[in-house]
Amino acid sequence: MPGLGSAALVVAFGLVVYAAVAGGYAAYRGRRRLLESATNALFASFASVLLAAFVLLAALARHDFSFSYVASHTSRELPLGYTLASFWSGQEGSLLLWLLVLTGIGSAAVALNRRLISTVLPWTVPILGAIASFFALLLVFVASPFGTQIAPADGVGMNPSLQNPYMLAHPPLLYLGYVGLTIPFAFAMGALASGRADERWIVATRRWTLGSWAFLGFAILLGAKWAYEEVGWGGWYAWDPVENAALMPWLVATAFLHSVMVQEKKNMLRVWNVVLVAGAFCLSLFGTFLTRSGVINSIHSFTQSSIGAWFLGFIAIVAAASTALIIYRLPLLRSRTRLESLVSREAAFLYNNLFLVAFALTVLWGVIYPLVSEAVRGVAVTVGAPYYDFFAVAFGLPLVLLMGVGPLVAWRRASLRAVGRSLLWPAGTAFVFGILLLLAGAGSSPAGLVGYTFAAFVLAAIVLEFVRGTRARHALGGGSWLAAFTSLVGRNRRRYGGYVVHAAIVLLLIGAVGIGGFATTQEGKLKRGQSIEAGDYRLTYLGSEQRRAANSQELRARLAVSRGGKDLGTVLAGKNRYFAEQQTSNEVAIRSDWLRAEDLFVIADQFNPEGSVFVKVIVNPLVNLIWLAGLLFVGGALITLWPDAREQRRLARRFAEEGALARA
Amino acid sequence: MDVLAVALAALFAVAAVAFVARPFLAEPEADDDRLAGLTPGEQGRLELLEQRDRALGALKELEFDHRTGKIADADYEASVGPLRREAAEALRALEPLAPPAPAPVEKVDARA
Repeated sequence: MPGLGSAALVVAFGLVVYAAVAGGYAAYRGRRRLLESATNALFASFASVLLAAFVLLAALARHDFSFSYVASHTSRELPLGYTLASFWSGQEGSLLLWLLVLTGIGSAAVALNRRLISTVLPWTVPILGAIASFFALLLVFVASPFGTQIAPADGVGMNPSLQNPYMLAHPPLLYLGYVGLTIPFAFAMGALASGRADERWIVATRRWTLGSWAFLGFAILLGAKWAYEEVGWGGWYAWDPVENAALMPWLVATAFLHSVMVQEKKNMLRVWNVVLVAGAFCLSLFGTFLTRSGVINSIHSFTQSSIGAWFLGFIAIVAAASTALIIYRLPLLRSRTRLESLVSREAAFLYNNLFLVAFALTVLWGVIYPLVSEAVRGVAVTVGAPYYDFFAVAFGLPLVLLMGVGPLVAWRRASLRAVGRSLLWPAGTAFVFGILLLLAGAGSSPAGLVGYTFAAFVLAAIVLEFVRGTRARHALGGGSWLAAFTSLVGRNRRRYGGYVVHAAIVLLLIGAVGIGGFATTQEGKLKRGQSIEAGDYRLTYLGSEQRRAANSQELRARLAVSRGGKDLGTVLAGKNRYFAEQQTSNEVAIRSDWLRAEDLFVIADQFNPEGSVFVKVIVNPLVNLIWLAGLLFVGGALITLWPDAREQRRLARRFAEEGALARA
Repeated sequence: MDVLAVALAALFAVAAVAFVARPFLAEPEADDDRLAGLTPGEQGRLELLEQRDRALGALKELEFDHRTGKIADADYEASVGPLRREAAEALRALEPLAPPAPAPVEKVDARA
């Protein structure tokens, strides 16, 4: 029933336009019932988009190739999981997912903050409606997933690169992150439009930013895991423009999550914070534009389309409107508090923000420079990994240092002597660790040695913070040490959850340095019975074998693996030839040793007629810490996201007092 | 578009319109149709309450950081005075505006 899907989208378009126009009028004129009506339109738009999504999912599940979208992205032999995942593998479907997530979490945000919105931030509803209108407009008039045709016997299938379990979860999580940044943007701009610069919008904005940031960060790591397994070059992050597109809003949102604390504690950086919120949202739109427009060459960009101009126009409107509103409200946003000392927690956050934003901007320049060069000079250029690696080190190492130093510095001001005393243990630990590494031969990669020493410094600082805090809580409350520890974390989830996230970033650094600085690569042509050695491993080629899978023919080289004379079994690396898609994909073999956190990564290429095969073997030390960091990151994010009942009580009491004062 | 799709779409559209119109259907003649907002005076009072809570929160954190040894005695002495003054100023400014039954003011609790 493509007609039902199209009609549902038309209804959704009407509803979100109404939410924008009627909501805007209601907020401007202060009309309560009209704002409620606009809010209901936003809720109803979610139901309408959900209906459209069900129609598409049902068509996918039934292999209804009369839907052009279904025929273009699936085939009869495609496994069901990937068939349903093709909802977001194409242009039109992913736009529908954008709108579904936007109206869904937009409705949830409005429902959860209904009182705040009706009394404080009425402009939030029309802003959400306006953003949703853009995506609904694209889906109704430019890129509908409900186009029809005479059904062919079979579809053209799915890009083999997308046929990976991580691609089932990566795009929806990425979109939750991208689209989630709409909510803090709507709250922030709603607060500015309403002329409210008090703490209420900050609390609501911070929570939604945290959620979106967590989804985005986890999705980036899932995408990296997909690239590691599926693209098969042995690395995990290639500074690809589409990877960078997700990294940029994540960096800016990270900056906001730090600087918002300065606003909450010191009432400073108020202009800067709204700029960061607007910047993160614009970058999330830019990320979608890069992925969906096909203007850049990327291993992650699976489409060529004409929606790029629409996106650029929308991004320009959003950026211009946000800038105008921020400038208009500058008198309201100006802070009356000044930085008391350059050696203080707020100063550390400021430095952290400068590095994060500078890094995001250099990445942005690296992404857009090829486009600018081609448009202005007509010269096609590429910005490669050395450019990004340089800035990752230049901005990343100070950021890592700040992760260790910042938590040990007091708010407002700290004497250098006190800071020096606080840093003594972490710095001493890092120094000893660095010497031990040097003695162990890690000096072969100076960058790696520095990275690991910094990582030891940050981890020692985090441990010190937990130890000091637990000791103080134990002294105050008595009880067991475990009770003191849980009480410490429970009473300040944001701070200690943040430390867990810092520990995750350090794990990621250790893994990234391991794979970047200490990986071993060997390659060669092997005949049956011949061996190749890489690191401690020895691989012997046993022969090739073929197997027919559901939708592909699998060709594999079987290699026996041993380490130090000990047999570790066999690995299978090779290629898949997909029938419907008429494409071939590399299927690498990965043998993980979780105790050493390292991977044996095997690529088998060029199966020759005389029976030989070309094999590339990479030993990636500590790479599994990167994936472990992802889990720790989620754990830390959950701790920080967990509702803080004391903060709720404090806000409720304040507003009760405000009401009492107003009546006095 | 087949008949069933048209019927379902029409039904859905009608339900959506009814839901959107509900605030007006439920309350055709509203006694007060204005959005509850804050006057500039109320906004000012809210800012004073925020200032008070911010200063009290900072005092709590200062006490705890001092206890953990992160803040030296001299730094603690230098910071605690201005913070107490800040909280006291906010409380003094709020005093003439206080309602008949004043809300309890949060105690500075080093355990928090």
